[in-house]
Amino acid sequence: MTTTVPPRHDLAHEPLRDPGDTGGLHRVLSHRYLLRLMVRREIKARYVGSKFGLAWSYINPTVRFFTFYFVFGIILQRGNIPHFAIHLFAGMVIVHFFTESFNAGTRSIMANKAVVSKMPVPREMFPVASMLVSLYHTGPQLVVLVIACLATGSFAPDLVGLGAAVLAFVIVLLLGTAMGVMFSAINVLFRDLTRIVQTLTQMLPFSVPMMYPYTLVADRFREFPTLHHLYLFNPLTECVLLIQRAFWWTTIGPSEVADANRDGPVFNPDVAANFPDHLWQRSFAMLGFALLFLLFAQWVFRRLDDRIPERL
Amino acid sequence: MVTSIEVDNVSKTFSRHYTRTLQQIMVAKAKRKKTRDTFDALKDVSFTVEQGEAIGLMGLNGSGKSTLLKCIMGVMRPDEGTVRVRGRASGLIATGAGFHPQMTGTENIYMNAAILGMTAAETEAKFDDIAAFADVGEFLDTPVGNYSSGMFSRLGFAVAVNVDCDIFIADEVLAVGDQPFKKKCMKKMEEVRDSGVTLFYVSHSAGSVRKMCERVIVLEKGEVGFDGKAGAGIRYLKYDEDEDNDSANANDI
Repeated sequence: MTTTVPPRHDLAHEPLRDPGDTGGLHRVLSHRYLLRLMVRREIKARYVGSKFGLAWSYINPTVRFFTFYFVFGIILQRGNIPHFAIHLFAGMVIVHFFTESFNAGTRSIMANKAVVSKMPVPREMFPVASMLVSLYHTGPQLVVLVIACLATGSFAPDLVGLGAAVLAFVIVLLLGTAMGVMFSAINVLFRDLTRIVQTLTQMLPFSVPMMYPYTLVADRFREFPTLHHLYLFNPLTECVLLIQRAFWWTTIGPSEVADANRDGPVFNPDVAANFPDHLWQRSFAMLGFALLFLLFAQWVFRRLDDRIPERL
Repeated sequence: MVTSIEVDNVSKTFSRHYTRTLQQIMVAKAKRKKTRDTFDALKDVSFTVEQGEAIGLMGLNGSGKSTLLKCIMGVMRPDEGTVRVRGRASGLIATGAGFHPQMTGTENIYMNAAILGMTAAETEAKFDDIAAFADVGEFLDTPVGNYSSGMFSRLGFAVAVNVDCDIFIADEVLAVGDQPFKKKCMKKMEEVRDSGVTLFYVSHSAGSVRKMCERVIVLEKGEVGFDGKAGAGIRYLKYDEDEDNDSANANDI
């Protein structure tokens, strides 16, 4: 029954090392196998025992989309913004990805107490895994979004839009990881944080132009350029605008414009009117910021890391 | 001989009151009571272990055994001093860690083995051994949440004792599992010891320490109280007085 382990006495050539020196985001990469298992476990665990399984990942966003469509497209009659439901849903996909990475990441170390307090794995792995799980669940939402776009009949995707979507996802991926990494460690030492994060993430959807159009922001803040700048300093604002450039903007054809403007000019079909100036420059600046912020988050994590096991 | 573990002047201090609300802290301050209170879990602990040695780590509850093991595992870092090890440390320390009640036995074996530091290929190679050792039969494809508590812990032990490592740490009294399973575990640990792996065995049972280890380290309130031959260590702890009824359970852990 037992095939004995080939003895590993031959350790003379191996150096003595510090067993606690395991952390760091770069080390997460060397634990890819464990990371993959953890992500797979979380994905499977979410729908285990349910009859529809992964179908729920499609049902939920579909229902959400139809709710938006019903409320904003039919009841509120936001006729002056064509395809407002897509405008909102596109933003929702990216904001959701961020808030999920952030929320689940913040809880991740506490949730994996049993492992964290017993085995020396790079502890950054847990928030990273949470981010990857969130990314995975974004897939079905994107599928629903694309189907909704195709259903408009006027969807004309372009390469610029594709680039915008990719850029938005990269920025949110970096930011979500950074927030998850930083707050997962702080959360162990300061448990109130989970609640604070929940409150913050509830505010987030209102702070980006998806439930209202960007044109409204530009209009209201015309007299207050500082506020306008502050509004655009939120990296998620750029990400939402990028994703809208990719999916919502490309569904607006001449007939949509004519339809919106049939009772007078309410919708300006000009890119410059619907998106802020220098959107691309701003977005690349945000990409740089997100990278720096990830490094900062890693630095914070490293400083707190040693105190995590004793505080669990 | 090759040094396997080197613990050098290690100290670790914990604070006693971590989770207090602001209100409690304010009240304590107003009453001029201490708001901070620390205790030394480990005080200036030093020793060296050669590759292949079998060490029994003994001491009363709260004497710092688990903290020391966590420092050796690398989960905790000492406040002062250094710990250095050679090779991979693993063992009966995180049995069942990462087990998800709704995943099957097989899935949990892979997960737990990965947490213990094994690669996919290593787990693959050892899978049959692990499954045979756990002896849960057809339940391997059943979610572990449906296991009896004995089966659950058997599965955890099965993975842990089959981990391929250079330093084997056993920090859990085999209080679970039935008598035949306990015997099987002891036999397996002896096998591990005899294969040249450094064994670090924590136990309160004089009998099993005597059987497993030639050297005993006794911790007393965070300090090394004794470090030497197993028999002398057990006498030092005055555990041998109980050995009469201990020997009745000689096969016990």
